[in-house]
Amino acid sequence: MVLSQFLILGALMFSIGVYGLLSRRNAVTVLLAVELMLAAVNINLIAFEAFWNTAAAHGQIFAIFVITIAAAEVGIGLAIILLVFRNRASGNIDQLDLMRW
Amino acid sequence: MDLDYHALAPELVVAATILVVLGLDVVLPRPRKYWTAFAGVLGLALAAVPLLTLAFGDGPETRSMLGGAYVVDGFALVLKAVFIVGGYLVLLMSVSFIESDRYYQGEYYLLMLTSILGSLVMASSRDLITLFVGLELVTGPLFLLAGWRKGDAKSNEASLKFFILGVLSTAILLYGMSFLYGLTGSVTFEGIREAAPDLLDSGAFRLAVLFTLVGFGFKVTAVPFHFWAPDTYEGAPTPVTAYLSVGSKAAGFVGLLLLCYKALPSVTEIWGPALWVLAALSMTLGNLTALRQDNVVRMLAYSSIAQGGFILVPFAAAAVSSDAAVIQEAASATIVYVIIYAFMNLGAFGVVIAGARRTGSTMIDDWAGMWRYAPRLAVLGAMFFFSLAGIPPLAGWYAKFAMFLSILRPGNAWTTALAVIAAVNAVIALVYYARIGKTMWMDHVPEGADRSAVATRPLTGSLALALGISALFVVVAGILPFEFAGVFADLAKVVTTGI
Repeated sequence: MVLSQFLILGALMFSIGVYGLLSRRNAVTVLLAVELMLAAVNINLIAFEAFWNTAAAHGQIFAIFVITIAAAEVGIGLAIILLVFRNRASGNIDQLDLMRW
Repeated sequence: MDLDYHALAPELVVAATILVVLGLDVVLPRPRKYWTAFAGVLGLALAAVPLLTLAFGDGPETRSMLGGAYVVDGFALVLKAVFIVGGYLVLLMSVSFIESDRYYQGEYYLLMLTSILGSLVMASSRDLITLFVGLELVTGPLFLLAGWRKGDAKSNEASLKFFILGVLSTAILLYGMSFLYGLTGSVTFEGIREAAPDLLDSGAFRLAVLFTLVGFGFKVTAVPFHFWAPDTYEGAPTPVTAYLSVGSKAAGFVGLLLLCYKALPSVTEIWGPALWVLAALSMTLGNLTALRQDNVVRMLAYSSIAQGGFILVPFAAAAVSSDAAVIQEAASATIVYVIIYAFMNLGAFGVVIAGARRTGSTMIDDWAGMWRYAPRLAVLGAMFFFSLAGIPPLAGWYAKFAMFLSILRPGNAWTTALAVIAAVNAVIALVYYARIGKTMWMDHVPEGADRSAVATRPLTGSLALALGISALFVVVAGILPFEFAGVFADLAKVVTTGI
């Protein structure tokens, strides 16, 4: 198995996620970018797990925890975005500028 | 798989309290909702009982379970005590604050207790997975609590900013952790510690450590990962801000302590310089920006960034030394600073809540002449702010003293430079802390401001109790610092064993 291919895929996905998070203005798209970053982490974990191939399977356990908690975080994030949308009728994070410095 | 239920008792009690609060919230009619507050406060107080039996009982000193992933030792016990007492103070401060809002109360206590439970888990975690789960349990509920005032646009904004940067930091942290696991083949701190020295030359390992540090840098609001903090602190309800600046920050420092001293003590040349830079930047930028603030909550936000820098200083001392005594002293300096900071900062936020209740404002100028109409509050305010500045005989002086002692011990050019930066910053900090004292004590009550009504709004019992406990600690620990620190001498040994 070629470990580096998976790591490169993970690094690419992570970078796309970081770019999306910094460049996108829509809160929901930002959430998608975060999901991409967490998926990159999972690819890394599973690839490393296959590489070490231990009985304890820590990588897989870690990945399952990451998936579960990522789901919970998206739930929290969507709740917050919905709240903001209801008050402002806009999901654009650039308009969140009530407080500066 | 056998669990040590005695060792897990504090977490179990808090978890049971969470369920009780949830159940009560569903069952109780609207006018009785305040019972959830009693249940939460009582449950958290009960959770301290097993801590005491664990600390003073006859059982083994270190209780390890789940293959060493979850350990209850002296370090874990003391930090759990800090989290429980700190959480208790925050709950006491919340009671009157939440009552004055028209929202339901149950979910507030539910979320706050969940966050406290997460910090208890973090203190015991000895592998990456448990650490990560604990950290998420701490921050997840806080995203929602920051947006507690659903109709307030500022609170919405605080919540969304906190959430986006929070998940970004989590993703970066996890990416670092995935490489830590991948390169060492182990998720336990012990396994990472054994494998780390062989990986010193690996660029990927270096990057993994730095990514993990960046993740925790967000949590402890170290500059340049601090920009979410002032906005979130200002927009969130004040008791939540108090918890953010103490509980969630202390949890971040627990993560850093475990990571640096337990998992990566052999690769100090990677994390040492990084934390040196974070400490110097946090102190300097935090203090200089705090100087310009007119809002006391925002000022405290920047002050807590600067205090975070002071707490990071001993890490730089530990990184340049191979002497076990120096490293131990550095670890204990960090722990002592975190504990003292928790009490004095909670006290300061208690004063802010009480002051805002009296004057209806958190602008510093509106607090002018407070001693005329609220003398006791003005005394407490001066006490906590001067303690934060490090004036003896208040506890803050010992925190700074231990920090300077640890950084001057190695006698290296870099650590001495950091000590100089810290000293300059301690003076700058005095300026803005003293400014609040001056405003409250020496300035005149603003023209046209009606302060006659404030006498009818006295402190509620729970807020007064929270202020009293913090004040007592700040005075006692400041007058008897060495007795206080003696308790923690053995603690640092536990953290740094195995180096």
